[in-house]
Amino acid sequence: MKKLLALLLALVMVLAFTACGEKENQTGETEGENAMADIKVGFIFLHDENSTYDKNFMDAAIAAKEALGLTDEQVLLKTNIPEGNECYEAAAELADAGCDLIFADSFGHEDFMIQAAKEFPEVTFCHATGTKAHTENLPNFYNAFASIYEGRFLVGVAAGLKLNEMIEAGKITPEQAKIGYVGAHPYAEVKSGYTSFYLGARSVCPTAVMDVKFTNSWFDIALEKEAATALISDGCVLISQHADSEGAPKACEEAGVPNVAYNLDTREWGPNTALISSKINWQPYFEHIITATVNGTEIEQDFCKGLNEDVVQILGFNDKVAAEGTEAKLEEVKAKLISGEIKVFDTKTFTVEGKEVTEYMADVDSDAEFKGDTNVVSDGYFHESEMRSAPYFDLNIDGITLK
Amino acid sequence: MSNKKHEKRSSEPRIHIAKRDDMIWYKSWGVRLIAIVLALILCALVIVLLTGYDPIKVYGSMIYGNFGTTRKMWNMLQKLSILLCVSLAVTPAFKMKFWNIGAEGQSLIGALTAAACMIYMGNKIPNALLIPIMTVLCIIAGMIWGIIPAYFKAKFNTNETLFTLMMNYVATQLVVFCIVFWENPKDSNNVGIINSSTHGGWLPTLFNQKYLLIVLIVAVITIAMYIYLRYSKHGYEISVVGESENTARYVGINVKKVILRTMALSGGLCGITGLLLVAGTDHTITTTTIGGIGFTAIMVSWLAKFNPIIMTLTSFLIVFLERGAGEIATTFQLNHSISDILTGIILFFIIGSEFFVNYKITLRKKHKEEA
Repeated sequence: MKKLLALLLALVMVLAFTACGEKENQTGETEGENAMADIKVGFIFLHDENSTYDKNFMDAAIAAKEALGLTDEQVLLKTNIPEGNECYEAAAELADAGCDLIFADSFGHEDFMIQAAKEFPEVTFCHATGTKAHTENLPNFYNAFASIYEGRFLVGVAAGLKLNEMIEAGKITPEQAKIGYVGAHPYAEVKSGYTSFYLGARSVCPTAVMDVKFTNSWFDIALEKEAATALISDGCVLISQHADSEGAPKACEEAGVPNVAYNLDTREWGPNTALISSKINWQPYFEHIITATVNGTEIEQDFCKGLNEDVVQILGFNDKVAAEGTEAKLEEVKAKLISGEIKVFDTKTFTVEGKEVTEYMADVDSDAEFKGDTNVVSDGYFHESEMRSAPYFDLNIDGITLK
Repeated sequence: MSNKKHEKRSSEPRIHIAKRDDMIWYKSWGVRLIAIVLALILCALVIVLLTGYDPIKVYGSMIYGNFGTTRKMWNMLQKLSILLCVSLAVTPAFKMKFWNIGAEGQSLIGALTAAACMIYMGNKIPNALLIPIMTVLCIIAGMIWGIIPAYFKAKFNTNETLFTLMMNYVATQLVVFCIVFWENPKDSNNVGIINSSTHGGWLPTLFNQKYLLIVLIVAVITIAMYIYLRYSKHGYEISVVGESENTARYVGINVKKVILRTMALSGGLCGITGLLLVAGTDHTITTTTIGGIGFTAIMVSWLAKFNPIIMTLTSFLIVFLERGAGEIATTFQLNHSISDILTGIILFFIIGSEFFVNYKITLRKKHKEEA
């Protein structure tokens, strides 16, 4: 049996060498100094470009490739890789193919990327939305996310101004300034997102309150539309969402209710109601990790950049829908966010059960205990994404009602 | 069937199709080979017309995707084993003409059981004891999932196609439910690798090869299934029930018992697949752990005409196409859809070739020649 197996494997090896002699040569040269022309980068995506989430990453990967002048052969994209052993195998195959740097885009890929990182110490592994880089402490495994809460706060300001306009026009009373929010899962990433959005809105429209409805799915057009419609009939006069489908924007267009989107420009679906959107731009990150690998410089273990570095972007601004003077106000707030004059999670601006938050133990380290392990409130604000890149703000603040 | 129509018509159609079962083996394989060659030519045309790439290079890349490195080879063998295992599982049921569409759910429930064992007992019981326990529990879980529709079929003659299909959804929802308790971190809807540091409940590695054990287990099951179907009394009973339940009853076969027993076997084998997937490769559980293999297996089993040995070939074909497709998508930066198109064309030709193996087509010559 063993002999047969050895024979079989030998046969395969011969086949591999003859079939792909070209490839072997290419990978052989990358051994020495890494120059930009020699680097090979592998990307692992959960779906393909039909998913807006993955498309955002794929577009950024291709943009980074072009910006750095890499050839097609230097960038390998693996699409439709599920969150299981396939991810490890895909990473291992990319490493075999001579990749110096491997990136994966989905939360569930993390453990399998870590497994591969341990097996291939000479290859760099980067993972978006993950939480374990700082606890695993491997020399070649890195997490990344963005201070998207800054972008959410900013579009929240635009939403608040819109509410003010409605109040001034007499369409609603100040007490009726209720926002509806369609969330995916009650996960910190979503909670952090809607809380910062709400705080942005309330910073200009003090009477604003918000209802949140969860769909318990990351992508479900029908459920998202249904949730938005339910929120509107509950008296919400403005809708936002953490979900990439066209469900909520379309419901808003039908009902004539302004909508603030996430990750994409929704003006196509709601020409008369899409107000503004925010998104994460991954291109700077990809350029950062590729050049760092080439130059042998350090990659940040927990990369988390925001408005200032163009990692968080505002897009899809619709002056047909936005209140007057929104653009100028956004410029002003943006400058203050960048300078640090405004803190999104300033503890003076929100309360939990009527009390100001002076200390909060967040579950920063992913372990089996699910308990808070790090105090993240100090100097008068909640230090979101400073202890690790992925969000951990999961407080239920006053003014937001979970439905 | 067509003969009856002929009699009534005044002018007969030019083409006459008749059933045949006398084709010599090398001829029938010749027909299949021609079909594959034709399929490859058509695929080449599609590749050139749609993408402009050199089809030879694309085919080369498909071969590379399966055999290019030892790792790719092992991954291919692992996928092949899992698909083959489920195909073997559905075979006795299909041979009995019991339309078991529920292999997906039966495997998933086995996978769920394996994950539960690893989570609750993984670090408490030594692996030498835990793995046999897991194996038994996974088989029982798969069996239960298989026996429930079989019982209703035997007792009330319910429609097993719908019943087994529904059981898939129940299994998926059970997994969703369990993930709520097991997810890490909280609310992330993700279990992560179970016992990644202690390896509690992980299947052992043989000769430094992670998948060797899986390959061996499935090889043994393949041979056992071949013997079971071909030489055992049970196997014979299955074929009789499949051919005609009335005949079976007439010769004194307890049809209900055979249905229950066969579905228990079918479900049990699916349970083993679940174990191999969770304890052997994935070490985690999601709703997509099985990922449609339960349905692909039906095709594999039918293509092989329920012969376990031929099934190794048909499941290899499917896995080869799938892994080759993935490689094309990466190498040429094409969407997976193009490889789905190619797979579709190839399968169409292969299934189509069976028609020419099973039926004789003759152009009309004389009027009264037909039987």
